[in-house]
Amino acid sequence: MSYVPHTDSDRKAMLKAIGVQSIAELFHDVPASVRFPELDLPGPLSEPETLRELGDLANSNAHAGESLCFLGAGAYHHFIPSVVNHTILRGEFLTAYTPYQPEVSQGTLQVIYEYQSMICALTGMDVANASHYDGATSLAEAVIMAVNHFRLKRKKVIFSPTVHPHYRAVARTYTQGMGLTLTGDDEPDLGLNDLLPRLDGETALFVVQYPDFFGCIENLKPTAAAVHQAGALLCVVVNPIALGLLTPPGAFGADIVVGEGQPLGIPLSYGGPYLGFFATKKDYVRKMAGRLVGETMDANGKKGYVLTLATREQHIRREKATSNICTNQGLMAIAATVYLSAMGKNGLRQVAETCYHRAHYAADRISELDGYAVTRDRPFFHEFVVHCPRPVAEVNAELFNEFGIIGGYELGNDYAHLDQHMLLCATEMNTLDDIEELVGALEQLG
Amino acid sequence: MTEPLIYDYSSPGRVGVNMPAPDVPLAELPAGLVRDELDLPEVSQLDAIRHFNHLSTLNHSIDKGFYPLGSCTMKYNPRLNEDTARLPGFAFSHPLQDPGTVQGNLALMYQLQEWLREIGGFVAVSLQPAAGAQGELTGVLMMRAYHLDRGDTARRKMLIPNSAHGTNPATSAMAGLDVVELLSDDRGNVDLEALRKACGPDVVGLMVTNPNTLGLFEEHIQEVVKLVHDCGGLVYGDGANMNAMIGIARPGDLGFDVLHYNLHKTFSTPHGGGGPGSGPVGVSERLKEFLPAPLVAIVEEGEGEEPPLYGLVTPKKTIGRMKSFQGQFGMHVRAYTYIRVHGGSGLRENSEMAVLNANYLLSKIRHAYHLPYDRTCKHEFVLEGHWDDAPGVHALDISKRLMDFGIHPPTNYFPLIVKEALMIEPTETESKETLDHFADVMLTIAKEAHESPQVLKTAPHITPVARLDEVRAAKELVLCCRPIPEWAA
Repeated sequence: MSYVPHTDSDRKAMLKAIGVQSIAELFHDVPASVRFPELDLPGPLSEPETLRELGDLANSNAHAGESLCFLGAGAYHHFIPSVVNHTILRGEFLTAYTPYQPEVSQGTLQVIYEYQSMICALTGMDVANASHYDGATSLAEAVIMAVNHFRLKRKKVIFSPTVHPHYRAVARTYTQGMGLTLTGDDEPDLGLNDLLPRLDGETALFVVQYPDFFGCIENLKPTAAAVHQAGALLCVVVNPIALGLLTPPGAFGADIVVGEGQPLGIPLSYGGPYLGFFATKKDYVRKMAGRLVGETMDANGKKGYVLTLATREQHIRREKATSNICTNQGLMAIAATVYLSAMGKNGLRQVAETCYHRAHYAADRISELDGYAVTRDRPFFHEFVVHCPRPVAEVNAELFNEFGIIGGYELGNDYAHLDQHMLLCATEMNTLDDIEELVGALEQLG
Repeated sequence: MTEPLIYDYSSPGRVGVNMPAPDVPLAELPAGLVRDELDLPEVSQLDAIRHFNHLSTLNHSIDKGFYPLGSCTMKYNPRLNEDTARLPGFAFSHPLQDPGTVQGNLALMYQLQEWLREIGGFVAVSLQPAAGAQGELTGVLMMRAYHLDRGDTARRKMLIPNSAHGTNPATSAMAGLDVVELLSDDRGNVDLEALRKACGPDVVGLMVTNPNTLGLFEEHIQEVVKLVHDCGGLVYGDGANMNAMIGIARPGDLGFDVLHYNLHKTFSTPHGGGGPGSGPVGVSERLKEFLPAPLVAIVEEGEGEEPPLYGLVTPKKTIGRMKSFQGQFGMHVRAYTYIRVHGGSGLRENSEMAVLNANYLLSKIRHAYHLPYDRTCKHEFVLEGHWDDAPGVHALDISKRLMDFGIHPPTNYFPLIVKEALMIEPTETESKETLDHFADVMLTIAKEAHESPQVLKTAPHITPVARLDEVRAAKELVLCCRPIPEWAA
């Protein structure tokens, strides 16, 4: 099976036009010793056979579409309105390339322009790009932007330990050749106020998460003031659903806001494709990586959109570019735009509030159970930390095996001092009954 | 034809989707942390559908017409792939679930790693990189780490041919390396003399695309690899052009140490108007332990009928994690589906037909355009979009004129070593009839360029908008359609 349309007579006619006898002749310049290797791959399958094999693989997974799921930790099970999928399956969006030729790409360009506008509205920032691979790589690019903003004269970056562990890991991977000092998370139980004394004239960027990895929120105005006092920039990693309810980081004075756009209409899909969003202040727009769409006029004075400030990018600046990003997550940005349009101002607020109330109800109910303790020293959004009476791996295994419930995230994996602590999440997909089922199961396990 | 902004459909109180009311007692909202405004549109579902559908019709796409965009491999994107990626067991599995509950995902990823390893002739593959450029960064960071691990700290230089994609030098700079540009010879190959001079104890390695961006197979590729290896360097392969090579020659057999695959080019996952892509990397023995974490591995062999147990593992000297979670898994499902449908024989046939199509097309139009490197091409070829006897016409004008015929322009002004480049890649899924039509259009345009150049200069004529003022866009910088809130002003 293949999608090649050529008949035998087509092939013959084409070879004749080229002036060669065989297809093999077209590869005469490939060294004979390695030419035409036998590939040890399976034979072809028909479409129905392929679908069946993939169906069997998919069916062997447990998943949030079937099991109750209280797992979050950076990827969230939310309702995806049908309009999202139907829109991104339109061939005109799905099978287009990056809109380098604006006259035949106004569809993608205008949606991205609307996306940029909505991300600005959500985060309270002036400009947003479109886009990065995920929240973690957005943060890595924020780190690189910040040190370049200071022309590499400030090379220290302070991370709150409550920034997602994967995000901190990716920022380290990205910058390993740049000679930076990434610090702050060496002592995993430090709070924001404990970290502020580390700000100094070497510091380029201070990174916090809101809600943080443990689900907690706090007013970041004092943090922003202290960071700016030291002449550094503040980056806030956010959950976009939370911003349906919470004060946006722009209001606190954030300089860069990044985050994972997956909750905005993109399925869990075992970790990708997701959407890294990135917003900043207008002053920094020329230092920002990634694609940008701007409004302009055509030759007849009609409004239109183009990719702009391309002179920042790799295909123009080559080794002088500060990022190599090229292909990004265009279709996921379209999905997020459709999601935010369909939900709108009121829908997003309602989703956020439902997440908030259900998570608080779950926390209240679990804290009533013997042996379980919910950490409640700070306000939280839709995730919270529970100290379990037994190792988290055991609790999760039994939750799944006995009750078919996908439990929470084992915090001891990343935070040694949080042994036996679990991070639980509730969204608008977890009803009152679902929460009661979880509570009942935890009680029995206790 | 202009479509208003989604905000223009907004009216207070409209909602697009009904969501359930809270069914739990309401908790107190966090004091001082609740926003009092949220500037999102309020539209009905029908208005939203009409808006986005209308916008979609303003795009050219593979589904609409021929898309010979060089180096981008705009082949048919099979719809079966979209269906398999949306199977609920894949689409709704959480990336942090216990591996025991997602064996289907891990089995698929393991198998895809193995198939890509076999296709490239490597010893190991990581699926983690999110796109080609991220695959490049992964590869370059591994090369750097390899030398440092051996205590070889003097290596700072990355050799890059002047025909390379811009991502190659940009990636090397991100990894903190110095870029040394290599000239090409008069047949479009890496210049061996230039390479020999550049090789030395300070070289990290070479980044090479093969077939290169001229669509030509590097005629001295084995000598190129040997020169780099002899000076202690490693060879990076940019896999952007692998669509010409499946079952033809394996980069691993040619001595490459690392290569990224573009699942969104060679393996048909859709481009989506600029992503998502996926850029797995394959490596030789020397780089195996440096791969990004996690990889999928068999952690317990199966017995008899019982399948093995798959798990996530971290290589000993890993460069770290390139993104959160396990990579662009949905793209892995699509590529797996594609490989399964074609089998080894079908994949080779695709490469053969891609090369047949390119050479056939070249034979039809070469007499009307200047061909700077006259050789058998692979899956694409590069022409000059300029004639000395039609001095006012540029590659850009030809590109824009093609739009009037419902055809997407080729890649233009790249590679940089060809004046007024037009880089044309037809792919294997286009029929002879489509190619014949395109050739006729290209010949018509060549004629127009000489006889009525004004038609080209004012093109396109039938697109939703005419040529756009890019200078104005960069100068005035309108990037957001909403007023900026006061705190940000």
